[in-house]
Amino acid sequence: MQPKPVKLACRNVWKLFGEGADRLLAARPHPELSEIHAAGLIGAVRDANIEIREGEIFVIMGLSGSGKSTLVRCLSRLIEPTAGEILFDGQDLLRASEQEMIELRRHKMGMVFQHFALLPHLSVLQNVSFPLDVQGVPRAEREAAARDVIELVGLKGRESYFPRELSGGQQQRVGIARSLAVKPELWFLDEPFSALDPLIRREMQDEFLRLQSVLHKTIVFITHDFEEAIRLADRIGIMKDGEVIQVASPEELVLSPANDYVAEFTKHIPRAKVLTVGSIMQPGPPTDEVAGEVSAAARIEDVADRVEASDQPHAVIDEDGAVVGSIGGQAVVDVLVGRGAPR
Amino acid sequence: MSRLDQLGLSRNAMLWLLLFVVTFVLAQVSKDLAKEMDARWLMKVPRDLRIPMRGDISDFMSWLVESASFGLFTFTELTRSISWLIEQPYDFVRALVIEGFVRGQGNEAVQVLPSLSWLAVAFVVAAMGHYAGSWRLAIFVGLCFLYLAVFGQWDSAMITLSSILIAVPFGVGGGLLLGIAGYRWPWFDRLMTPVLDLMQTVPIFAYLVPILFLFGFGPVSALIATVIYAMPPMVRVTTLALHNVPSEIREFGKMVGCTRRQMTWRVLVPSALPSLMVGVNQVIMLSLNMVIIASMIGAGGLGYDVLTSLRRLDIGAGLEAGVAIVVLAIALDRLSQAFANRPPPEHSERQLNAMQRHPWLVTCLAVILGTGLVGLLLPAVQQYPAGAEITTGAFWENLVRWINVNFFDQLEASKTFMLVNFMVPVKRFLLGLPWPWVLVLITFAGWQLGGFRLALLCCALTLFILVNGLWAKAMVTVYLCGVSVIIACIIGIPIGVLAAENDRANRIVQAFIDTLQTLPSFVYLIPVVMLFRVGDFSAMIAIILYALAPAVRYAAHGIRSIDPQLIEAGIVSGCTRRQLLMRIKLPLALPEIMLGINQTIMLALSMLVITALVGTRDLGQEVYIALTKADTGRGIVAGVSVACIAIIADRLIAAAAQRKKRRLGLA
Repeated sequence: MQPKPVKLACRNVWKLFGEGADRLLAARPHPELSEIHAAGLIGAVRDANIEIREGEIFVIMGLSGSGKSTLVRCLSRLIEPTAGEILFDGQDLLRASEQEMIELRRHKMGMVFQHFALLPHLSVLQNVSFPLDVQGVPRAEREAAARDVIELVGLKGRESYFPRELSGGQQQRVGIARSLAVKPELWFLDEPFSALDPLIRREMQDEFLRLQSVLHKTIVFITHDFEEAIRLADRIGIMKDGEVIQVASPEELVLSPANDYVAEFTKHIPRAKVLTVGSIMQPGPPTDEVAGEVSAAARIEDVADRVEASDQPHAVIDEDGAVVGSIGGQAVVDVLVGRGAPR
Repeated sequence: MSRLDQLGLSRNAMLWLLLFVVTFVLAQVSKDLAKEMDARWLMKVPRDLRIPMRGDISDFMSWLVESASFGLFTFTELTRSISWLIEQPYDFVRALVIEGFVRGQGNEAVQVLPSLSWLAVAFVVAAMGHYAGSWRLAIFVGLCFLYLAVFGQWDSAMITLSSILIAVPFGVGGGLLLGIAGYRWPWFDRLMTPVLDLMQTVPIFAYLVPILFLFGFGPVSALIATVIYAMPPMVRVTTLALHNVPSEIREFGKMVGCTRRQMTWRVLVPSALPSLMVGVNQVIMLSLNMVIIASMIGAGGLGYDVLTSLRRLDIGAGLEAGVAIVVLAIALDRLSQAFANRPPPEHSERQLNAMQRHPWLVTCLAVILGTGLVGLLLPAVQQYPAGAEITTGAFWENLVRWINVNFFDQLEASKTFMLVNFMVPVKRFLLGLPWPWVLVLITFAGWQLGGFRLALLCCALTLFILVNGLWAKAMVTVYLCGVSVIIACIIGIPIGVLAAENDRANRIVQAFIDTLQTLPSFVYLIPVVMLFRVGDFSAMIAIILYALAPAVRYAAHGIRSIDPQLIEAGIVSGCTRRQLLMRIKLPLALPEIMLGINQTIMLALSMLVITALVGTRDLGQEVYIALTKADTGRGIVAGVSVACIAIIADRLIAAAAQRKKRRLGLA
């Protein structure tokens, strides 16, 4: 499969907080963490390089203070990076004028915030149509567009409510609807579900996946929750101390963590949730008689019951339906109990 | 380590004790000593040291008015056009609520439209009460306005009200714009903060002098003074409220591509609205305070009634107008607070037409129109019939006379007792101090508490008073302020502690304090003068009443905000209630209590100047004299001197509180 074109890329992006950040970077383009501290600065983002492809969910995961929020704000230029390039469809955002930035943000970007950032004095409908209002879209037109997205996020009937009359989950739905009202190409979500209760969070993640299956946006999603990252991401970038230490698919992360820090996260993740049938199958055509077929792209978790219950192995097929290998009950059980896990 | 600390602490205490003893001895002997040594300069600031600042300022002001020009127009033309600009809306509002719209001049004048009838005004106010709060509030403010009509204060109250109706939008609008500018440009904020500090410490009267000089006597200059006086808190509240808007909201605005203007007016200001309303409430209350005081430069209205009756010693009329001010103040305060605390809107399912959406607006218009039409036939509807007015003047007159007849001895005895045993000794003590020693002492205190910069500031401000030849008057100011603050603290802090300990006491005290704080400072003078006549003692009582609130409030807040775990730790260790209070609560609340004392001093100083009306001999009197003579330089120099005292006290106490806090690990 041909990889999709790159939508947003950041190259050698640095963000140092404090006086004299420019001077330090001018003198030494690649300062060590200790040098940054010695200069009295805080290295929030250090030499970040990531590429986000069209239509993918790219999750930036890191603990608090790892610089993930700063990085996403650099990507949207809410924070001015100290050095580097942010390429959006090949155009360097850092060179864009204020007017150009306003135009880009009005039409091509949307953002969802951790604490919703709804305007308290506006109703749901007014909140959702606010981005269009700012652009000067006539009232009838913007309200029609707003009603569409409100329905899309399942809040039909609540248009006249005010934010404080809604639950946290509903408020974030409004936040999501609002960010989608301008039909953005690039969708930033900054820890959108972190402020919600665990049960609601799960529901919202499902909702998010459903929306993406319809919309196919290019998404940058920030979270501190590794499980959330695994669940949602096409690819994950892991950050620590301002550095992006690994960019990989969830499966690759679990199978080959770049270092102990990443391994520490992956250790507690049930492998069955991450690994696909393809990664543990016996390659080559099945030797024995098979009980059925499973897809190579399926997660072990989803097929374990079926494969384990049968005495005979299952044939593994790829996207085109060709048999590429086989998988037996023992292999599945090994993954489920975490024994002899492939590294 | 701990022994060293103890030693250091006691050494510090010893030092202060020693300084106090030296000061005390100096106060007793230095007068004779100076005579002995033939060094009168020790007691009296020599003439050679003085700088004739007030003359320079007066000359500058005269130059401004007489010959300053900006090329295209002169300075006088500028002030005249400002006056004109303010006069237009003022005349309109005044015609609306009290005088009616007329065409033509003087005797030729023909009334075109009558003013709003008293019923309509009272109804509109009550409707606002219901809109912002509840039926209870509507009835309350309605009754307040009814009171004004029934007790014959309507006309004066409406003049006062129309001044406020003009001053508040100017104050709020100007404060909002300056606050936004301060938020947007940090350098502007840095520039503005010291100016605001000064504006809030310079006594009110001092504003009046230059304004009187520039704009003349009349309601317009009173309005300008009011706006200048009421604006600073709005500026501060605006900047603070905008800074407190969650950063995500600001980022949201940026992400949807708001221009700067959209960001300010459609995202930030609406989000900060609840906090901004607190500022609006402050502007209203300060405007009322100032409109009353500005009657000295021609504001008219209730303040003028009080002023004239004070001058005539007409007890009844003064108290009547005073009570009317209180009623108006409470009504305005409750109303604007209700607007500030109005719950955010709720959705409604039905589609409403204009009348359903604005039921009160429609009703108000109907009432205004209805009473206007009926009023043409029935004058009693248009104007409350004079025959039905009730005057309480005689009642107050008799009450005060009765008190003065029956309790004269007791009142007089308490007054004499306080004067002889407390006030006069303090005064003598302060006036007996040689000025170089005071200068050294203040500078030293600044150095000890806040380091080199504070020392320099204290020294410079003290020198300002010295070189302007106001030393003796400044000392009288310190004395009067000092005794009032001491008594206010002796009364206020225990009340605050009580309020913090007991919920029922708290409710009563809170209601009482809230009311005290809404009253214009002028009002406090009235009963005091009635009972104790003019003099330092009356001034002191008025100052205590006015400045009591922060002492109570901060003490209560300080004790309530102690970490409950610390109190639980005390209970678990077996403290009695008394030990709990003395050993845990009071020491921990001390920094907060100190800030309360600081605020008390500030309020005392601002009241002090107003008490010049009851015959004190301090800097306040100096400002007051300058006002009557329209001597700008004299007024400004004396006013700034009061501000100097205020700033010294403020910075020293704040530094001490900060130190204490740091030592307790609370900061």
